[in-house]
Amino acid sequence: MNFWERMYLPAIAKGLGITIRHFFKKIPTVKYPEEQRPYSKNFRGLHSLKRDEEGRERCTACGLCALSCPAEAITMIAAERTKEEMHLYREEKYAAVYEINMLRCIFCGLCEEACPKEAIYLDGPHVTADYLRKDFIYGKDKLVEPVFDITKLNPEKTN
Amino acid sequence: MADEKFKITIDGIPVEVAPGTTILNAARQIGGEIVPPAMCYYSSLEGSGGKCRTCLVKVSKGSERDPRPMPKLVASCRTTVMDGMEVQNISSPDVLEARKGVVEMLLINHPLDCPVCDQAGECKLQDLSYEHGVADTRFEFKRRTFEPIDIGDKIKLHMNRCILCYRCVYVANQLTEQREHGVINRGDHAEISTYIENALDHDFIGNVIDVCPVGALTDKTFRFKNRVWFSKPVDGHRDCPTCSGKVTLWYKGEEVLRVTARKDEYNEVKEFICDTCRFGKKKTADWVLEEPTPISKQSVINSNHYDVFNPPPVIKENPRLQEANEEQLARTERLK
Repeated sequence: MNFWERMYLPAIAKGLGITIRHFFKKIPTVKYPEEQRPYSKNFRGLHSLKRDEEGRERCTACGLCALSCPAEAITMIAAERTKEEMHLYREEKYAAVYEINMLRCIFCGLCEEACPKEAIYLDGPHVTADYLRKDFIYGKDKLVEPVFDITKLNPEKTN
Repeated sequence: MADEKFKITIDGIPVEVAPGTTILNAARQIGGEIVPPAMCYYSSLEGSGGKCRTCLVKVSKGSERDPRPMPKLVASCRTTVMDGMEVQNISSPDVLEARKGVVEMLLINHPLDCPVCDQAGECKLQDLSYEHGVADTRFEFKRRTFEPIDIGDKIKLHMNRCILCYRCVYVANQLTEQREHGVINRGDHAEISTYIENALDHDFIGNVIDVCPVGALTDKTFRFKNRVWFSKPVDGHRDCPTCSGKVTLWYKGEEVLRVTARKDEYNEVKEFICDTCRFGKKKTADWVLEEPTPISKQSVINSNHYDVFNPPPVIKENPRLQEANEEQLARTERLK
């Protein structure tokens, strides 16, 4: 090793050069959740229970999703619709309780496939972390999609 | 003459049966997949059969003495055997095609509300259309609908689902003293109805639920309680003064959701049960449990069904896991 090499100056300059070069590179980091990477079209996230065009819940508690579920994550209790609830539920029977255990769910999408009423879709975001096991049992309050006005929907945004 | 047996073959399988046996019953003596499906025939009800036409078979050789084939497909539940008869069921494409047509006809006015229907999972029409039907309907008109009628607090009638098999009428005729319901009107307008909406209050009338091949007559006390395949059938019996007391109890957890009579492999009840057993005794204490009802491997009810009462646990006892669970539970309690 000669004198210059023993000074380590060229090596320091070279190393700093690499560091400084990265200042001008495009940053790959994404500031989740404000900013999100584009997802694949067939990404399966949190379930949502759909409403029909009149805002009534589509689910009729037929139990096919629970039957098809390989992780046995879905449970439901059915109830009969009364006359006053005609605007709330699409069919004669509806799910009074509908729960998905998100710790059990493997997001395979078989419930989506099995549903004869097009009532459940795995089109939500990731299921967020939580502290307690009981908070991973998602009920209808978290699963049913909010009421929307079909006339105000932008047709380009929905597919 | 009494011991005389007729030799017949069904789909190439020879069988010897007593004279006067129908082709359907001869096929049932062989068993297996060559048995024609039947929607209206019910062995324990006299006079049933001949209405739904799902059991059509081809007779390719009439008998030993007269070997000409029968000109048309015949209803096997109503045609008796002849010596030397040769019958084709699933080996004949004609039969399969005709059956497909029959299923399409049966489904013309059927509402297909299986997700709502309580019979789904044990419905013969569902099985039949799954096996023989086509995926779409060619029927472009509005389905026949009826105004719902209330026929009492035990039995629920959904006339829209009815396929007019007449089984319930025979039950009312043969098991009870007075029949108050029947089929009124004709053709497309025909419907099962109670005459002047009289309540059916005979002790054995609950059996119309069991004989109904579709969901037209269902148990009102079981209505929307649970899906059939989530409940666990268990055979039980009790000392009943009016009936045999041999039933199937449908459990969900510790709770008896409904009580039905025991059905054989052709979905037929041999020993009818009374309404006290069916609707009045829904506690485990009322019954002597025998064993979980054997369920066909093909049936949807077979999911999560065990053949013994207490199957060995899947997870072995693990003290470390138990401790961890207790810790988790304590944490949950603290953070509530």
